Amino acid sequence: MSRGTARANPLARSSGRPGEKVVLGLLFACGALSIVTTVAIVAVLLVEGSAFFGSISLVEFVTDTRWQPFGEPGSAGFRVGIAPLVAGTLLVTGIGLVVAVPLGLGTAMYLSEYARPRARAILKPILEVLAGVPTVVLGFFALTFVTPLLQDIFGARTIDIYNAGSAGIVVGLMIVPTIASLSEDAMSAVPRELREAAYGVGATTRQVVARVVFPAALSGIVAAVILGMGRAIGETMIVSIAAGNLPTLTVMPGAQVQTMTAYIVQAVGGESARGSLTYQSIFAVGLVLFAMTLALNVVAQRVVRRFTQEYG
Amino acid sequence: MHTNLNVHTAEKDPPVRRWLTAAALVGVALLAGACGSDPGEEAMGDGAAAGDTASDGRGDDGAGGELTGSIEIDGSSTVGPLTDAVAEEYAAEQPGVTVNLGISGSGGGFERFCGSGDTDISNASRPIKPEEADLCAGNGIEFIEVRVGTDALTMVTHPETDFVDCLTTEEVTTIFGPDDPATSWHQVRSDLPDVELAVFAPGADSGTYDFMVEDVLGVEGSRQDYNAAEDDNVIANGVIGTPESWGFFGFAYYQENADALKALAYDAGEGCVEPSVEAAQDDSYKMTRPLFIYVKQESLAAKAHVADFVTFYLDTVDAVIEDVGYIPAPDAELAEAEEKIAEALGSETRE
Amino acid sequence: MGLSTPAAASHRALADLRRPRGRRATEAAAHAVLLVATLAGIGFLAVLLADILRDGVPRLDLDFLISYSSRHPEQFGVLSSLTGTLSLMVLVALFSFPVGVGAALYLQEFAPDNRFTRLLQVNIANLAGVPSVVYGLLAAGVFVYFLGFGRSLFSGAMALSLLILPVIIVASREALRAVPTSIREAGLALGATPWQVTYRQVLPMAMPGVMTGTILALSRAIGEAAPVLVAGAVFSRRATNEPWKMGEAFAAMPVQIFDLVKRPQHAFQIEVAAAGIVVLLGALLLMNAVAIVLRNRYSRRW
Repeated sequence: MSRGTARANPLARSSGRPGEKVVLGLLFACGALSIVTTVAIVAVLLVEGSAFFGSISLVEFVTDTRWQPFGEPGSAGFRVGIAPLVAGTLLVTGIGLVVAVPLGLGTAMYLSEYARPRARAILKPILEVLAGVPTVVLGFFALTFVTPLLQDIFGARTIDIYNAGSAGIVVGLMIVPTIASLSEDAMSAVPRELREAAYGVGATTRQVVARVVFPAALSGIVAAVILGMGRAIGETMIVSIAAGNLPTLTVMPGAQVQTMTAYIVQAVGGESARGSLTYQSIFAVGLVLFAMTLALNVVAQRVVRRFTQEYG
Repeated sequence: MHTNLNVHTAEKDPPVRRWLTAAALVGVALLAGACGSDPGEEAMGDGAAAGDTASDGRGDDGAGGELTGSIEIDGSSTVGPLTDAVAEEYAAEQPGVTVNLGISGSGGGFERFCGSGDTDISNASRPIKPEEADLCAGNGIEFIEVRVGTDALTMVTHPETDFVDCLTTEEVTTIFGPDDPATSWHQVRSDLPDVELAVFAPGADSGTYDFMVEDVLGVEGSRQDYNAAEDDNVIANGVIGTPESWGFFGFAYYQENADALKALAYDAGEGCVEPSVEAAQDDSYKMTRPLFIYVKQESLAAKAHVADFVTFYLDTVDAVIEDVGYIPAPDAELAEAEEKIAEALGSETRE
Repeated sequence: MGLSTPAAASHRALADLRRPRGRRATEAAAHAVLLVATLAGIGFLAVLLADILRDGVPRLDLDFLISYSSRHPEQFGVLSSLTGTLSLMVLVALFSFPVGVGAALYLQEFAPDNRFTRLLQVNIANLAGVPSVVYGLLAAGVFVYFLGFGRSLFSGAMALSLLILPVIIVASREALRAVPTSIREAGLALGATPWQVTYRQVLPMAMPGVMTGTILALSRAIGEAAPVLVAGAVFSRRATNEPWKMGEAFAAMPVQIFDLVKRPQHAFQIEVAAAGIVVLLGALLLMNAVAIVLRNRYSRRW
């Protein structure tokens, strides 16, 4: 995800034939479509979301510790503090990364540096097929296999029937192929000369991987992890099915939680009438989610740019 | 890195270009197809003239199977499977008619039915609300309410929980209501043992939840600390796996798990009644809710296949409803509905 | 920090050479750890697949593929949702591949290094993290209502295409980035125009990586239930979906599977749902196989 190649990329400098300007214009349009998409998303979210904030104070939204937006607004049971949903999302994502980063990077390192070409040719397609397992299926796997397993290990008292841990683990497994494949591509792109130089002075494979390949591929690896993290935050089905639908402000992996995405799914499929505060809360949560991932990515871009290396 | 500057093959098309050109051509062809078929364009069957609609039941033109077109239906996820069962039977009679069925929820269904007006029929597990009816009126959409069945809500517990067989409305309120919800069975009724009560129930966004809270208990909201499940199978599994638990869902889910669950009788003030098809039909079991379809008058009049389908629905619903896990509507109400529909159709032919 | 040049790397390697004891053990340990990591992820999911195959394959037969849905588990078939998913696959691939690769080409090869370009990058990275259900809301708001396409196959395809576009762009950019600058410089030096160099040298070299990203992205799109659900997939219909009938209502397999697991009858929950999953995975495998063949063809040539 590096930039700064304009100086290094000669194509950006030279002019082409007029016909090519049209082509470039088309390519630009493809890129600009992303802006249109973002504008459209923000518009769709703002239309209803701003109506929500017209009735609910931002202070209440941020500081209240309960999320119960069903029923009559103004009644005692109607609470719209987003903290539990954010906590749920972060808890599941955190657990997911703890699982996915070691497994994903380990897989990438193995495939890129240790595996024989035949092993690679078999394992890589398997990884890609596994990336295609529908999240609906993974969700039920989490609920019907992982949760009972965790309950056997830790006891049914600590692990609820819906819990953040099962969902987190399976979310992590889901993003392993993403992190592994993209990291592995990044590592493969490290020029052979660097490795050969290290081997030439007697380094072992482990040293080459840890000291040469990994640092050189770091920007691609960080990109892969960030892409994976973004997917974890935005994951909808696994958490809907396995993490539960009870907003809880907690850090216990064994507890039932609700993530922001699960709330959106629940509310969209539910009985809330258009124009009601409950309906508008869907978009308010969507806005928060969008803002969160935006902030995450801005930070990540800065970090990546610092680690970038170019190889000519 | 192996580089290969193919400057000398500049005249030949690289394979990439061929693929891209082919893809572009296919893309253009598909776009042309898209512009050609608008949504709803294929809806016009062969009965555009109002005079073609049969005025009494389905008469003889059902067996021919020459109707074509599509019917848009959306609404309750409870009534959805029932309408789907009817549509399945209908497909055998009229294979040229496509029923497109969604399950956006009773509220979502009415929004499409009254708001954007893009559905012909709306499934609902509750009567239409006043504000929804106003929306229809405001958009000039006239409808007919048709009662098609009954769903019996069933309370269940673990089969080895032998200390309780029946619960009154007040006791259920203690279990599920918002104020001081019980954490032990002892708090529900003083002669019950002091064992932990585990609650499994639908989430706050579901129609089943609304029905329990608003219609059965008459309270505002429920307890907040229970195992909330979107999927009734999870409620069943939770109750099956947890002794001294309590849960509720539609009758169909109890029937499917009858050997692993114990149903609780419900006392609405006139004695304990166990849930069953018969008890629900004769109204002795009180925890029941009516199932409706709402039919747009305009669709009935203008689309012969819609009229045919609705008539078929009323003729066939009793034959399929128990397969789906619900209870037949009272005969009187079905007959009344048939009359309403026939009247609506009859009045059109006279024009 | 870990950034290495050949000099620094050899320096550290030399330093390590002076610690001979236990090196072989460390090497073996590292190898083992990484192998376990690789197999763990795959293993867990293999267990899942074995479970599904065991439940689903017995139920699978030709009738299952060519029948419509039914309230009777034995008569149930996935024809409608299968054709819906296949059509979605075609439409999504047709739209997102060219647009995604085009955007990646622009950003990586031709875009000047200014604030607008950086904005585009941040924007695309951000879009990759937007939850799938929000793309459903977007498609509903823009395509279903605003543009009036209704709850059609087209709206569903747009929801999925927009969902995976950022992923394709990011992965393609990485692939393009890996192509050495010397290639471009050499091409230009020989008198080719920038587009010629891109099209005939850079893009083909990057194609394997581009296809990897696209395969992953399309696989994900096909398995997503939330966006197509919100964009208007039906719960049930008894007609097929062809790719050119973009204005019609549509069904999709993930939504179908989601529904099956929620039905009260055990036969639906377990056997029929598993069979549906097997069919969906089969479609995915087919798509993956085609893509892998394509990728290998391009890898060998260049």
